[in-house]
Amino acid sequence: MSDFETVAATEDQSARRGVSGEPGTPDRAGEPNRPRSLAGDAWRDLRRNPVFWLSLLLVVLVAAMAVAPGLFTANDPRDCVLSRQHAGPSGGAILGYDFQGCDTFARAVYGARASLLVGALSALITGVIALVVGMLAGYFGGWVDAVLSRVIDIVLGIPLLLAAIVLLKRVSTSGETVRLFAVILVLALLGWTTAARVVRSSVITAREQDYVAAARMLGAGNGRIMWRHILPNALAPAIVVLTIALGSFIAAEATLSFLGIGLKAPTISWGIDIDAGRVHMRESATPLIVPSTFLALTVLAFIMLGDAIRDAFDPKLR
Amino acid sequence: MPTPVSPTPPDGHLLEVRDLHVEFRTGEGVARVINGVSYHLDAGETLAVLGESGSGKSVTAQAIMGILDTPPAHVRSGEIRYQGRDLLTLGEEERRRIRGAEIAMIFQDALSALNPVFPVGWQIGESLRQRAGLSRADARRRTVELMDLVRIPAAAKRLGDYPHQFSGGMRQRVMIAMALALDPKVLIADEPTTALDVTVQAQIMDLLADLRRDLGMALILITHDLGVVAGVADRIAVMYAGRIIEHADVRALYRAPAHPYTKGLLESIPRLDVRGQALSTIRGLPPNLMRIPPGCPFHPRCPYARQVCVDEVPHDLVLGDGRTSACHFAQEVHDDRAR
Amino acid sequence: MLRFILRRLLQMVLAFFGTTLIVYALMFAGQGDPIQALAGERPVTAAQRAYLTEKYHLDATGVGGFFYRYLNYLGGLLRGDLGQSLTGRQIGDILAAAWPVTVKLAVIAMAVTILVGVTAGVIAGIRRAGVFDHATLVLTLLVLGIPTIVLAPLAQYFLGVRWPIFPPTAGAQPSLWALLLPGIVLGSLSLATALRLTRTSVSENLRADYVRTARSKGLVRRRIVGVHVLRNSLIPVVTFLGVELGNLMSGAIITEGVFNIPGVGFNLFRGIRTEDGPLVVGIVSVLVVVYLLSNLVVDVLYAVLDPRIRYE
Repeated sequence: MSDFETVAATEDQSARRGVSGEPGTPDRAGEPNRPRSLAGDAWRDLRRNPVFWLSLLLVVLVAAMAVAPGLFTANDPRDCVLSRQHAGPSGGAILGYDFQGCDTFARAVYGARASLLVGALSALITGVIALVVGMLAGYFGGWVDAVLSRVIDIVLGIPLLLAAIVLLKRVSTSGETVRLFAVILVLALLGWTTAARVVRSSVITAREQDYVAAARMLGAGNGRIMWRHILPNALAPAIVVLTIALGSFIAAEATLSFLGIGLKAPTISWGIDIDAGRVHMRESATPLIVPSTFLALTVLAFIMLGDAIRDAFDPKLR
Repeated sequence: MPTPVSPTPPDGHLLEVRDLHVEFRTGEGVARVINGVSYHLDAGETLAVLGESGSGKSVTAQAIMGILDTPPAHVRSGEIRYQGRDLLTLGEEERRRIRGAEIAMIFQDALSALNPVFPVGWQIGESLRQRAGLSRADARRRTVELMDLVRIPAAAKRLGDYPHQFSGGMRQRVMIAMALALDPKVLIADEPTTALDVTVQAQIMDLLADLRRDLGMALILITHDLGVVAGVADRIAVMYAGRIIEHADVRALYRAPAHPYTKGLLESIPRLDVRGQALSTIRGLPPNLMRIPPGCPFHPRCPYARQVCVDEVPHDLVLGDGRTSACHFAQEVHDDRAR
Repeated sequence: MLRFILRRLLQMVLAFFGTTLIVYALMFAGQGDPIQALAGERPVTAAQRAYLTEKYHLDATGVGGFFYRYLNYLGGLLRGDLGQSLTGRQIGDILAAAWPVTVKLAVIAMAVTILVGVTAGVIAGIRRAGVFDHATLVLTLLVLGIPTIVLAPLAQYFLGVRWPIFPPTAGAQPSLWALLLPGIVLGSLSLATALRLTRTSVSENLRADYVRTARSKGLVRRRIVGVHVLRNSLIPVVTFLGVELGNLMSGAIITEGVFNIPGVGFNLFRGIRTEDGPLVVGIVSVLVVVYLLSNLVVDVLYAVLDPRIRYE
């Protein structure tokens, strides 16, 4: 039986190579336009994508607010005087005062810290759980994969808000720091599944590559193969998912705080302020609109950033 | 046995492709996929179109069917005459009426070519109900007949089964039954056996040959497998880089190829009757279709290549027995049996 | 098919025991004073204390006591007896009054999702990379990126207070008209997801091999898209919508809270706000069951729609 596909390479491969007129030298012929690396291609795409730059700018801005809120406002967000209730802009309070007589803008600026802290730490813990579970399930397969995948299915099947309500009920009377970490932990515990699935599938792909088989034949142990060869492959898709997850975690924190089971005063959170502004929207809408805008833009920025990076890395979607 | 370049019948060939040019316009550039393909088909005969992936054999067939994806594919020039009418000048509605009823096609991978969520009986009967206007009951009766015709056992019981419940060979039979539903005059089989086991391949090829004879169809058999062709085809057209480089009677071609590429293909088949002979391969890779080499597209890989092959595109040379070869040294290759 | 349903049903029963046990354990176990834990920072009257002790059998102690109490709670849940809230009303009665409102709201949200989301998704999928496609992509990104706690109050403010097109709040006996804006807000997230899912699914299926086969059969384009492509594309969409219906029933906490719609979510919202532990536990337990049931329905639906799953 003559199978020509084995005699010569397929069209796909040939299309990617530059073929010169010289006979018998396909390898050398390919050199003038050497195949570009995926990361290089992705970066070239990203650089030209205005959405990427816009979302990156927003993320940097919010991060700066979280680290050094004093740069953005000179006012103390906790300096509230009831006589200034719903007063107009004055004395550095460029957006006026809310129902409690606090500086609306200053509170929104200071709210970035809790949001970003919760988002970043939840994403970090999520990333660690997802990498460990995804690597173990993907690399070892078999019953390890079966058990871990089942666990992922179960956690994925838990309604997030209901579970958070139940879990956070237990710390309803605890102090500021305990609540903060309770929220972070709850979000991470409920939110790691998507990232774990992504890691698992990219580990499975990487495991089948020739260079992994080669490393194994050269006597590399499981630990070394996973660390040196598999992890780098799983990292890029994991970072994309975690960027988007960071945005969702920020939204989830605000939602829990809005409901009154997440962060509580004296912690400053956009969710708490949105709830307060909502109650008094008929008297003045600014205290509702300002934290809403901050929250929406922050969440959007992370989602768009993740989207842009994923689009650049996954040409199939274009 | 018809001769390779058969005399044109008084009312013309049944199907004739003339100087077809097709290109794919993509973001990376323009790939010239078909560069002046011409072949013809008469009633009741079998033409094998042979070539490796990317040679343009399937694209030509899809151009005949009018199912090229546009974009990226664009027919630049040429004619596709069916019963004297140029299909390329017809409107979409007229072309649609020809598809299935006059010219039908079956595909390589029957599992993905069949719709996974409809029973096979429904899919075969769809043409009958939608195109031939048969009632449900009539369509059902005819569907069972068609499934019997392609030798699917217990056809009536399997009408309600879904494609994934069939074996690979049975699925391909379903595809064939579907293609035969409207009694087409031409059947194009695009690598019909590539995805199948060797034993099943032979059964499907036998079935196709029998059906062609019994139903008096003409068959275009697209394949990259010389072994499949030998027992079934009357003529062979060998394609390379979007051109037909050799076109011959099947026996003549096997006896003495007149193009270095065909020769290379034949020599890469393991032979049972010659012991201790090294299996040769064709060196190099098929050309990038965005940058086809000047002159003869095969010259970078050709052992016969000389300066003229770089400078001039070879025309079809007609050899003594009526066959054609697009090689400057066709006669020399043909006579060079010792190599 | 029957075996498939039975297997899924068995899995659901196991999941039911697992989840209710977790809910129950987290709510009651390991707390110094379970009654005070239920009530949060509110003072508990002697009458309430006596009622709760009897209701939850808090006099039984230890691990055995815990399971005794759990089974008791489970029995009550199965009989529809959810006990009393801290305000003294039967939780079963509260839910009975709230349920129709929540279902009405969820149906409006679902209708919006299907009418707008799926339709626009099909169009965007067919005309991929066109103007319509790009516009829907940007719009859905906005909707997906804006949390409900932003969308709901802002919609209420702009469309209810500032430019009073819709009634800003629903009130005790909400009319369909009063539920329309909350329904759109509630459905917007599902709408955006459904649109994107439909779009991807349609445009992937349009490139499938079976479409080429259908074309080579000489079928008209309307039939190829409307029957062959749509039937395949809608499998993931219908599955998603099923899951989403469960979410809409239980996930309307914020929308119902903001728009003052006396549904299940609103009562949960109020229960959380007023630290009414029994009410929260009761509603969450019921919602978990609803969620599990809707997942079961979706699984069966999936098997009905996709013959490849049915015979696995």
